[in-house]
Amino acid sequence: MNASSDPGSALLEVRGLSKSFGTLRALQEVDFTLRAGEIHALLGENGAGKSTLIKTVTGVFPRDTGIVRLGGAEVAPRSAKAAVDAGIATVYQEVNLLLNLSVAQNLYLGRQPTRFGLVREAEMRRRAAELLAEFDLHIDVAEPLGNYSVAVQHITAIARAVDQSARVLILDEPTASLDRHEVEILFAVMRKLALRGIGVIFVTHFLDQVYEICDRITVLRNGRLIGERETAELPRIELIRMMLGRELAGTTSERAAAKVRQAGEVCARFEGYGKVGCVAPFNLALRRGEVIGLAGLLGSGRTETARLVFGAERADSGSATVEGKPVRLQSPRDAVAHGFGYCPEERKTEGIIADLTVRENIVLALQAKRGLTKPLSRAEQEGIAIRFIRLLDIRPPEPERPIGLLSGGNQQKVLLARWLATAPRLLVLDEPTRGIDVGAHAEIIRLIRELCDDGLALLVISSELDEIVTYSDRVIVLRDRAHIDELEGEAIDVSNVLAAIAATGTAGAEAGQA
Amino acid sequence: MMQRLLQSRGLAQIIALLVILALDRAVSPQFFDLRMQDGRLFGSLIDVLNRGAPVALLSLGMVLVIATRGIDLSVGAVMAIAGAIAASLADAHGMPVALAAALGAGLLCGLWNGFLVAVLGIQPIVATLILMVAGRGVAQLITEGRIVTFTAPDLVWLGNGAVLGVPAPVAVELGMLVITGAVVRGSALGLLIEATGGNARASELAGIGTRAMILAVYVWCGLCAALAGIIAAADIMGADANNAGLWLELDAILAVVIGGTSLFGGRFSLVLAMVGALIIQAMNTGILLSGYPPEFNLLVKAAVVLVVLLLQSPRFASAGAVLGRARQ
Amino acid sequence: MTSKALLAATALVAITLSLPATAAELTVGFSQIGSESGWRAAETSVSKSEAAKRKVTLKIADAQQKQENQIKAIRSFIAQGVDAIFLAPVVSSGWDAVLKEAKEAKIPVVLLDRDIDPSGKELYLTAVTSDSVHEGAVAGEWLAKAMAGKACNVVELQGTVGASVATNRKKGFDSVVAKNANLKVVRSQTGDFTRAKGKEVMESFIKAEGGGKTICAVYAHNDDMMVGAIQAMKEAGLKPGKDILTVSIDAVPDIFKAIAAGEANATVELTPNMAGPALDAIMAYKAKGTVPPKWIQTESKLYTAADDPQKIYDSKKGLGY
Repeated sequence: MNASSDPGSALLEVRGLSKSFGTLRALQEVDFTLRAGEIHALLGENGAGKSTLIKTVTGVFPRDTGIVRLGGAEVAPRSAKAAVDAGIATVYQEVNLLLNLSVAQNLYLGRQPTRFGLVREAEMRRRAAELLAEFDLHIDVAEPLGNYSVAVQHITAIARAVDQSARVLILDEPTASLDRHEVEILFAVMRKLALRGIGVIFVTHFLDQVYEICDRITVLRNGRLIGERETAELPRIELIRMMLGRELAGTTSERAAAKVRQAGEVCARFEGYGKVGCVAPFNLALRRGEVIGLAGLLGSGRTETARLVFGAERADSGSATVEGKPVRLQSPRDAVAHGFGYCPEERKTEGIIADLTVRENIVLALQAKRGLTKPLSRAEQEGIAIRFIRLLDIRPPEPERPIGLLSGGNQQKVLLARWLATAPRLLVLDEPTRGIDVGAHAEIIRLIRELCDDGLALLVISSELDEIVTYSDRVIVLRDRAHIDELEGEAIDVSNVLAAIAATGTAGAEAGQA
Repeated sequence: MMQRLLQSRGLAQIIALLVILALDRAVSPQFFDLRMQDGRLFGSLIDVLNRGAPVALLSLGMVLVIATRGIDLSVGAVMAIAGAIAASLADAHGMPVALAAALGAGLLCGLWNGFLVAVLGIQPIVATLILMVAGRGVAQLITEGRIVTFTAPDLVWLGNGAVLGVPAPVAVELGMLVITGAVVRGSALGLLIEATGGNARASELAGIGTRAMILAVYVWCGLCAALAGIIAAADIMGADANNAGLWLELDAILAVVIGGTSLFGGRFSLVLAMVGALIIQAMNTGILLSGYPPEFNLLVKAAVVLVVLLLQSPRFASAGAVLGRARQ
Repeated sequence: MTSKALLAATALVAITLSLPATAAELTVGFSQIGSESGWRAAETSVSKSEAAKRKVTLKIADAQQKQENQIKAIRSFIAQGVDAIFLAPVVSSGWDAVLKEAKEAKIPVVLLDRDIDPSGKELYLTAVTSDSVHEGAVAGEWLAKAMAGKACNVVELQGTVGASVATNRKKGFDSVVAKNANLKVVRSQTGDFTRAKGKEVMESFIKAEGGGKTICAVYAHNDDMMVGAIQAMKEAGLKPGKDILTVSIDAVPDIFKAIAAGEANATVELTPNMAGPALDAIMAYKAKGTVPPKWIQTESKLYTAADDPQKIYDSKKGLGY
């Protein structure tokens, strides 16, 4: 490729970009190429490295290795501001504008037209109106921005970015809070920009939108580049496989080994359980000694299902029974009282209590379950902590070390220990292997199987399809915040799950039944 | 080595207290003299404990609130309310009624703060600011702007009496430390408070009733403040709604911070908060004994606080360690 | 100057007392600061009774320590067309505009208890205040007389650092000390005008001065601090009023109780009766056009055990102190 700015030539080239946070390798040798005048989707599940890539390219994070070329010349911005000056602008989902100022002020903040040191309000408004007219937006620019819809706010942010001579525009989840009509308006703007030769990077998890507007797709997974394809040449199922799947070979044999278990009785049952705006009503029966996997793309309702089951969200329909008795799960506290446990996806913000020791983190749920008046003595706490440190091989094996100083994998094991100490009947694990190095990854999977053999019921969420396929006795497939399919026994394999996720409308149901 | 020493829990505070006591001795040679006077111990050291009692009591409640990542600005006003109630009722209705009413008022104030923070989810600094402002007004309404004096001997005893030679306020202060310690560390409350303060969302998901926990610490804080108010009133045999507890909330917060509890919540220590209160009072008493013009009081106080906080700062400690190595 | 003003004030009182209550049904609006202290509450209740004595209708507006409330109150008094306005200003500046409005409406304004910035001098009729430097001097003179040349180490409990009253009361006392070589201020600390701090500071004075043996007298800038100091002395086994002499300022009821009990020796009155002289000035001005002096200084009367303290206590305790 040559470095001229002809449409179709490489505008932004990223080569061998790496970035680590502590021991976690968030980006490994990633290449990325954006051509002038194209709309390029950047896809991947949570933790795949999309935002790290964006933030490293735009100088929010310093990069470890790698180079970035813009129009053939190397650039290394040290801040988001420097990136804008170089011609790379980013508009985030939460628009960084001032809603109490007028539209015009927002467009020209920090670069107002002045005469003799005074802001020329009228001139500024005239220019603002002209600028927005280019995007077919005809509004009163003197009104506060907050009076307009989120779509207008997004377009204002985009107009501001483009007007600052942006050559690359990065849109991070811009459509997440827009309705269909607003999405149309935004897409029209994006197409217009592409025609002008601007390169647009579009980060989203709505695959329909990707197929609607994007010329090209780059998929990341676990901090690595999986591939770059032309949208027109990439079937949806293949795209999902790139995002979720790993190596397909070998998984079936592992799966056979896992399949000697016998499911026990139902220990918890949910009927017509759901919450408006969260996840559509579903039926779910959890049996002792059985692993149920929840599969689906980001935003499909997996975590929402877990939070409903655990009482972290309150259901507005349906009923729940534990061991045949009706129960009300109004809070995590209720769920814990009924013998449920939950390891959330956001380990740092919702799981660990960083300042407390490993011992305290382990006994926390048990202590909460026992109540205030029945404190565990220090000796009992140490006994429990040491037992689980040995059982789960937590390293370093020091109960008095603050958990914040442990690696991600060991933190995850401490959280597992926290729940195992309560002798639960049901354990909900949301992305238990996220952000964990390969060794600990295998160990966690082994633990999940063992727990199951001990008669625990498990509900596991994972974006790693082959992982889910490996340990699940049943797989529930979610899409658009609803449970759409269930696979059981021999039907569980990666391609069937992929087909169920990728299927649209009634086709999904047929694929599932097949 | 130095870094290790300074980081081991509580050492910085103890050293600071000892250094300040030594300075006090330097400005006032009779500082450590003790004698009995009317059946109670008498001396500057006793003054430190005695005068420090209100702030020490406040810090016992405040440290729990701060451990949950909260703050209670209203304790000074609650002191004024409790003192006003106790003083107005003592002579006519006797000590038990006066005490019960004053403590009850403290409890209600704590419940109010706790309700705003835990149930309505208002930021603690804003929620307790309401009572900080309104509470003093309530106290002034009770006393009608006067200093309400009383003579009920058993209430006066709380200020001027003694238990085995120990002044009553000091006995109350130590008793409250023991009770609070027993409640917090004898039950699981301590661990659950530290968890809630360390990460409220994670604690909630671990099955802890974080709201109840937060409510409880504000109630306890209100109770401690009421006790401090009663003692302050008993001390001067009168309730001075305009001045009782004025700005003491800041001293209590300072005591907690000097005691090594972070304003970001989590780990806390009752004893060290108490030591923090003593550091502040040892400093005040030393300034009074020194004979410096009062214009310097606040400057001296600020300088000492700065030094104590620097001693605790991990970065400062490691800088000290680096310096120490360089010298070797 | 001071004695002249005092003379003028006395003369004025003498004149007005001889006048019959001519101007029937005078109405005066009084913008009071609030009720932040016992003295303030007493001032309010004394103002009411002084007005009633003169058959003047007194409308009191409580500003709750806020200037904006006082300005509002004055405007509403102007709108009501009162005959005169009394103002106890919460701060010394920012009154020009509203006082001009009063002047244009030809309503005389009298300042009570506190003065305002000199720029507003033309905007009010007169100010009735006490002279706090003089108060300190009266206290000092009592002590000088009581000691009659004997050497005396004095400890001083100052008011809030930076408060003008505290600075002035210190200045007045110091001027007497400077003239009497036998008096010496050995320790001086702030007790913030409160009982609790007065007690705490006195405790440390006692420790620092050999258990109080080398202290001959205590001078406190207000009675409240002295009440606290008296407790501290008693708790240290000392006899206040005998072992250590006391003199303080304000003359609040509780100090008379202490004087009656022999635990305190003297107090200088800051009279709560500011309204009386003000009313007299206004009545004379309205009736005869007599322009009062720009400053009417109230009397700083000294009280000791010779003045029947129990009786004064009984008469004062109902005033709201």
